[in-house]
Amino acid sequence: MKPSSFGYSRPESVAEAVAILASIGPDGKVLAGGQSLVPLLNMRLATPSHLVDINRLSELAYISIDHDHIAVGALARHADVLRDPVAAAAQPLLAMALRLVAHPVIRNRGTTVGSIVHADPSGEMTAVLALLDGSVLATSTSGQRFVQARDFFLGPLESDIQPGELATEARFPMLAASAGCAFAEVSRRHGDYAVCGVAAVVELGDDGRVRRARAAYLSVAGTPLVLDLTEACAGAADGFAEAGRLAMDQVRPASDIHASASYRRHLVGVLTERACRDALAHAKERAR
Amino acid sequence: MTFDVQMTVNGVARTVRVPARLLLSDCLRHDLRLTGTHVGCEHGVCGACTVLVDGVAVRSCLMLAVSADGAEITTVEGLAGPDGTLSAVQQAFADCHGLQCGFCTPGFLTTITAALAENPDPTHDEAREIIGGNLCRCTGYQNIVKAVLRAAELGRAGS
Repeated sequence: MKPSSFGYSRPESVAEAVAILASIGPDGKVLAGGQSLVPLLNMRLATPSHLVDINRLSELAYISIDHDHIAVGALARHADVLRDPVAAAAQPLLAMALRLVAHPVIRNRGTTVGSIVHADPSGEMTAVLALLDGSVLATSTSGQRFVQARDFFLGPLESDIQPGELATEARFPMLAASAGCAFAEVSRRHGDYAVCGVAAVVELGDDGRVRRARAAYLSVAGTPLVLDLTEACAGAADGFAEAGRLAMDQVRPASDIHASASYRRHLVGVLTERACRDALAHAKERAR
Repeated sequence: MTFDVQMTVNGVARTVRVPARLLLSDCLRHDLRLTGTHVGCEHGVCGACTVLVDGVAVRSCLMLAVSADGAEITTVEGLAGPDGTLSAVQQAFADCHGLQCGFCTPGFLTTITAALAENPDPTHDEAREIIGGNLCRCTGYQNIVKAVLRAAELGRAGS
């Protein structure tokens, strides 16, 4: 349970960081909060030849509001984002999800951008980014590019960040005034990886009926799965059973030691109903 | 490749030369001989190795010693007063029977110390949330929750 040897750099600026990443190539790895990476190093499931520690890049420790989104820099810790009142007001789903990310002590060190780049299909923040159609800003010596969430998650623990690139920012669109959101998950113990989780955003039309409903799922596919449930929610005055059934039809979860595939599918139905119901209530509350 | 790391540990400036792969937990225990920080799972699950880095509770097994360069670290050895007077959290653990074998205790004490600095008057639910990331296999959590609330009481009385 000790990491194998690796080279180590601790750049003082983004420019220096991307220059180092460019020079070390595919065996290099960025160390931010380390709450996913260091366990992998300790168990030697990951053996990068060189770590680039970005913990000195205080220029990336920001959480800011731009006209239609919240920009989270690569060194903003989960706890910082959770505590930020402006971010919580602009996109309440952030705080709802962050409360479910591991434990407070892990959130003190772990970064939101880091967990997105880690691309764990059980990660709450990957699902949030996917559901909101957010994006990630990748910076390298050749410039910057935005990657949309739908193109960002390639597979379990595999994101579109290329060798030589540093993910410097994640962008979360704000919640529309006519919308509400909710996060529901089941885990064996609070703070554990979710056996299944559902984030939902429900948008109301002028007539007070559901105009749009989408949900993102964790722990049931290799990448965050986003489903459009608008049609199933259209006549949702009497609950979201139809949305739950629709979601169950569209997932192909796997079995593991924590849950069987059929139990996960059952949870998809139950949690879809719960998340949509709560998101609708949230939307109505915000409309008042 | 080794690196010089300067840290202030429990108020004392220390310099150690470490390989990049050395975990902060092992640096504290082996290089600085501060064996109060316990190593349980070494992958961030049990919380026994929790220390304060610049006042914030973190897992020392999930942090490289080299990353702690320039930081101010408080381990369980730094919680009591210079004359050995127990801190409010330590006193509360004694009062409430918050420990049996003591293996997990250093991590609980540091975690709760930081949490009460942020929230000096937690509710029962908040007290449970504070210790949610720490495992105890013998005392049971009821007395530890009581100790959190008692420590908050002692802290408020003392301040």
